[in-house]
Amino acid sequence: MTTLHAFANPARFLKVAKPLTPILFWAGVLLVAIGCWAGLTRTPPDYLQGETVRILYIHVPAAWLGMGGWSGIALSSIALLVWRHPLAGIAARAIAPVGAAFAALCLVTGSIWGRPTWGTWWQWDGRLTSMLLLFFVYCGYVALARADAERGGDGRIPALFGIAGTVLLPIIRYSVVWWNTLHQGPSIGLTGSSIDGAILWPLPFMLIGFTAIFAAIVLMRMRTLLARAKAEARMRRMARA
Amino acid sequence: MNPWPFVIAAYAVTLGGTAAIAFAAWRAMRDADKR
Repeated sequence: MTTLHAFANPARFLKVAKPLTPILFWAGVLLVAIGCWAGLTRTPPDYLQGETVRILYIHVPAAWLGMGGWSGIALSSIALLVWRHPLAGIAARAIAPVGAAFAALCLVTGSIWGRPTWGTWWQWDGRLTSMLLLFFVYCGYVALARADAERGGDGRIPALFGIAGTVLLPIIRYSVVWWNTLHQGPSIGLTGSSIDGAILWPLPFMLIGFTAIFAAIVLMRMRTLLARAKAEARMRRMARA
Repeated sequence: MNPWPFVIAAYAVTLGGTAAIAFAAWRAMRDADKR
């Protein structure tokens, strides 16, 4: 926690973020390249899904980052409300559009997978509908946070929205257990997976790779928001002088 | 139904989308740093 408080200082954060951004980005690109090569050429087709199982390697990371992004917003929101970390609100604002984009990618890749597998692009089942709701909640958060920042707000209202939105995460996770859905049940958990290792092994490359790229993009957006805030503060000082 | 057009489309959307988001974030950061 002491380390976390130390990085809440924007100057210290920038000192770490500047060298970390390209490292995370290019490491992520390398891992994703390995994952794509392996996922498209080195794994066998599934006995039921055939070649469409390869969409798993991009659909699962997109879903993971769509939900993980909201967890990041919720944690940042708690840090903002409890400790008033100056960077917490900026982190949440930086994560939101990126998380929304990955939630959208999850929906699009799922839809592309659904057409040859289920025979339909879309079905109003529990998993698909709750993921679509998360995307809309992301859009709401982006609009609310922008409006709050433009009015000079302290970020508390978007933070409350960020915490309230976490109610969707267990609904998405357990939707395939609670309701009879077209989407298959949970096949990857903390304790193991029902997917055979011969098909599963490229997935960690893609999960870690996309997570590193996601983190690099969030760091770039945080640096942008900090630079803009600094420029605006300078303009205000000049206007007053 | 040939599955490969669906597989290629899914990869193209994801990789293209991720590249576009990363490029937009990098360009915004560069412009903000110049200010």
